[in-house]
Amino acid sequence: MTDTASRELPLQEIDEVIIRFAGDSGDGMQLTGDQFTSISAALGNDLSTLPEFPAEIRAPQGTLAGVSAFQVRISDFDITTPGDAPTVLVAMNPAALKAQLHNLAQGGALIVNTDAFNERNLEKAGYASNPLDDGTLDDYRTYPVPMSQITRDAVAEHGVKPRDAERSKNFFALGLISWMYTRPVEPTLEFINTKFRGRTQVIDANTSAFKAGYNFGETAEIFEAHYEVKPAPLAPGEYTNVNGNTALAWGCIVAGQLARLPVFLGSYPITPASDILHEMSMKKNFGVRTFQAEDEIAAAASAVGAAFGGALAFTSTSGPGLALKGETLSLAVSLELPLVVLDIQRGGPSTGLPTKPEQADLMMAMYGRHSESPLPVVAPRSPADCFDVAIEACRIALKYRTPVIVLSDGYLANSSEPWLLPDVDSLPDIGVEFATGFNGTNEDGDGIFLPYLRDPETLARPWAIPGTPDLMHRVGGIEKEDGTGNISYEPENHQLMVDLRQAKVDGVDVPDVEVAGDVDADLAVLGWGSTWGAIDAAAGRLREAGFEVAHVHLRHLHPLPANLGDVLGRYRAVVCPEMNKGQLCDIVRARYLIDVEHIGKIDGVPFTTGEVTDAVRKRLEALATV
Amino acid sequence: MTDMSFTPTTQPGDWASDQEVRWCPGCGDYSILTALRMLMPSLGTEPRNTVFVSGIGCAARFPYYMNTYGIHGIHGRAPAIATGLAMARPDLDVWVIGGDGDMLSIGGNHLIHALRRNVKIKLLLFNNQIYGLTKGQFSPTSEIGKVTKSSPMGSLDAPFNPLAVALGAEASFVARTHDMDRQHMMDTFQRAHAHDGAAFVEVFQNCNVFNDGAFEGVTKKQNRDANLIPLRDGEPLRFGADGEFGVIDEAGCARVVHTADVSDEQLLVHDEAKHDPSTAFMLARLARGPFEPTPIGVFRAVRRSEYAMATTRQLAAAQQKQGAADIAQMLRSRGTWFV
Repeated sequence: MTDTASRELPLQEIDEVIIRFAGDSGDGMQLTGDQFTSISAALGNDLSTLPEFPAEIRAPQGTLAGVSAFQVRISDFDITTPGDAPTVLVAMNPAALKAQLHNLAQGGALIVNTDAFNERNLEKAGYASNPLDDGTLDDYRTYPVPMSQITRDAVAEHGVKPRDAERSKNFFALGLISWMYTRPVEPTLEFINTKFRGRTQVIDANTSAFKAGYNFGETAEIFEAHYEVKPAPLAPGEYTNVNGNTALAWGCIVAGQLARLPVFLGSYPITPASDILHEMSMKKNFGVRTFQAEDEIAAAASAVGAAFGGALAFTSTSGPGLALKGETLSLAVSLELPLVVLDIQRGGPSTGLPTKPEQADLMMAMYGRHSESPLPVVAPRSPADCFDVAIEACRIALKYRTPVIVLSDGYLANSSEPWLLPDVDSLPDIGVEFATGFNGTNEDGDGIFLPYLRDPETLARPWAIPGTPDLMHRVGGIEKEDGTGNISYEPENHQLMVDLRQAKVDGVDVPDVEVAGDVDADLAVLGWGSTWGAIDAAAGRLREAGFEVAHVHLRHLHPLPANLGDVLGRYRAVVCPEMNKGQLCDIVRARYLIDVEHIGKIDGVPFTTGEVTDAVRKRLEALATV
Repeated sequence: MTDMSFTPTTQPGDWASDQEVRWCPGCGDYSILTALRMLMPSLGTEPRNTVFVSGIGCAARFPYYMNTYGIHGIHGRAPAIATGLAMARPDLDVWVIGGDGDMLSIGGNHLIHALRRNVKIKLLLFNNQIYGLTKGQFSPTSEIGKVTKSSPMGSLDAPFNPLAVALGAEASFVARTHDMDRQHMMDTFQRAHAHDGAAFVEVFQNCNVFNDGAFEGVTKKQNRDANLIPLRDGEPLRFGADGEFGVIDEAGCARVVHTADVSDEQLLVHDEAKHDPSTAFMLARLARGPFEPTPIGVFRAVRRSEYAMATTRQLAAAQQKQGAADIAQMLRSRGTWFV
């Protein structure tokens, strides 16, 4: 990289590192983190990422509200979370330092852009004195780097306007970190060329800034060592790095292919679900029709219309939108049409924390519709799992002709992990047959179509789509007569239909739940959705500390696996970490009379491994003394 | 207006379902139902390719009475349901039936957006200026001062003019007809069906239980000559038993005049294909209510890109550009590496 003789710095091998890039929303921290992730993925590390951005598009520059961060953990072993506390924090300005320092592990490395620590920025961040020299950073290994100045100098030769020169400083930071962790430079240079194709000056500036960062690490005598994280022993195969929203969108698109049905998505933009609409909108060559509706209700209603027409229909949203869709979903329950609802949960109530995750829509998904309106609910446990869960939701929706809710969340949506690409040919066939002929006879013996005559096994009704000769029929939200589907207000019939709709959902073929870890332990940790990574890692830590822990993680939340009550009943204690006030706990308690203990956290930040470990350890220690 | 060379493959009876019609005896909905059943055979379509979609209200029961595919949806959402259906299945004839409460109150948002997108659905608004199914509250088209159960001292709400709303929403086809003239209804519905885009038709419909006679001032036989202004494309706006009345454009306002007082050249000549909707808007607002001269017929019929077909064209363009669906390629589109 450099013309000058490089210093002989020791190269230390480490098993993992957790880096958090933090800066102003306009500083390009997400791009920097993404690129570092890509290089590390290609090197064969296991990895997990956690982007964190403000709800505001451009909060005032230099303020705490405007801090955007990206955490990436890379390792030479199998990991399931982006890590609790970063061991390296890159702070591009005082606000980033102020907002993020508390996250940094004690003794962690802190790389600071000293040029940004001027009076004005310090004041905006709320610092009375400069933390770089008032002792605030004594507990950390601080590396002060004049990033802005060096970047300006590096790009000067390309004739970049002074105002724009500093914009390349994120590439300086990326270069520096790439040196520290011995990442190859070529992939990033290629990336810059592709990303900014046609903008020569920008390419030159970013390339120079990146190289300047790399060379700075090598030549500025402030670093004691640089580090190497070897590849992780991942299963052999072809990998891509995928986040939850992309995996979910791809799962929906692939499900359409597996079902041989055209895909329709009705959606209204909402954080953190909008990327699903974006991704699916870019896949029109798959025959995917996306409809950006006028509101959440129209988004769901258009999907109902498309489903009636024979499409595999989706609607994507977050909590506030799911609330608005409630009545339409109850119509879908009544019409008994396949429909998949993607709810990317975020903090609430009301607008709440749009960019932060929560798992508090479970009860709404289960019961948030008027009257008895049951529908299946499933939840992915990791970014890559979103792909499989999307297909599973479609399988259930199609087979049972029912709306299905997928509960992902803002954490899964945006964080990413390496995904061993599935063998496309081994994916399940989820196709179903449309009705094509009469299925009954009238008093005169003539053939008739009974739109609510159910399959005796699945209780699904026939799906006869417009255009089919002879099967013209009307469906509606008014209670229907069993079989004929005609309007019926008969008391016995209503009881029957309520029972049938419930029985159909109760009868969904859900696989038995499997216990991970120590099956014969005294304590089981019950979880669902995105807490999987933290629980799995915590169980690992506790096992290393000599404890036995079982882990039961639910993909199917409605209906629950048939063996769940028996499985949980075997344990002396069951604890359930959830990002809510105990919603799964309540469901399991009510259902099985098992005293599940809630471990709660609703601060907009996913559970750390340490938090789960500590809470479970306390319970384990209490058990041991009884 | 029907193509005489066309041989129908169905009879009106083929379009009637086996369900007993349950509107109140004397309801205007019956004559609209009859008009549609009688019209259908002449449209060159089949019951199996036709879908009626509705929301909630008296009018919304309509799909049950047609032997076609049908969705009786939820309150206000029929245009949204129909939009999804029409997008997924551009091959179908999709009709939306709703009342003034359904389409202009709870569903007002969906109505205007369906119209601006110009998705190929035929929206028939049965306007009776009252909530019927909930037994007689004022509606968004009820006149100010209307005394109902929920407005015992008179409604304070200024009403919507449905046609003005539709025109404001950029509707490419806007028409009005009434339940006392079957042939006019059939002609108007036929024009709506033939329109390649969203078609909006307001039907003056009498609710004989909660708002009887609301439109008598214009629809009763003896009042029609004086108070109905038939819109005929390319012809001057002239009405009255002997053509004694006409409509002129007076500084951007439509005004009724005695034809004796003006020259023929001064009469407005109806031009439904005029792209600028100002004249249509002016005519839509000519009458303050159904008690004075009111235009009926097609106010506006302009060509504009149809939404479902435009969507289909984008799919085709994407296939051209990105190639056919390839799962393996999609999963690799963000870069991969081997372990």
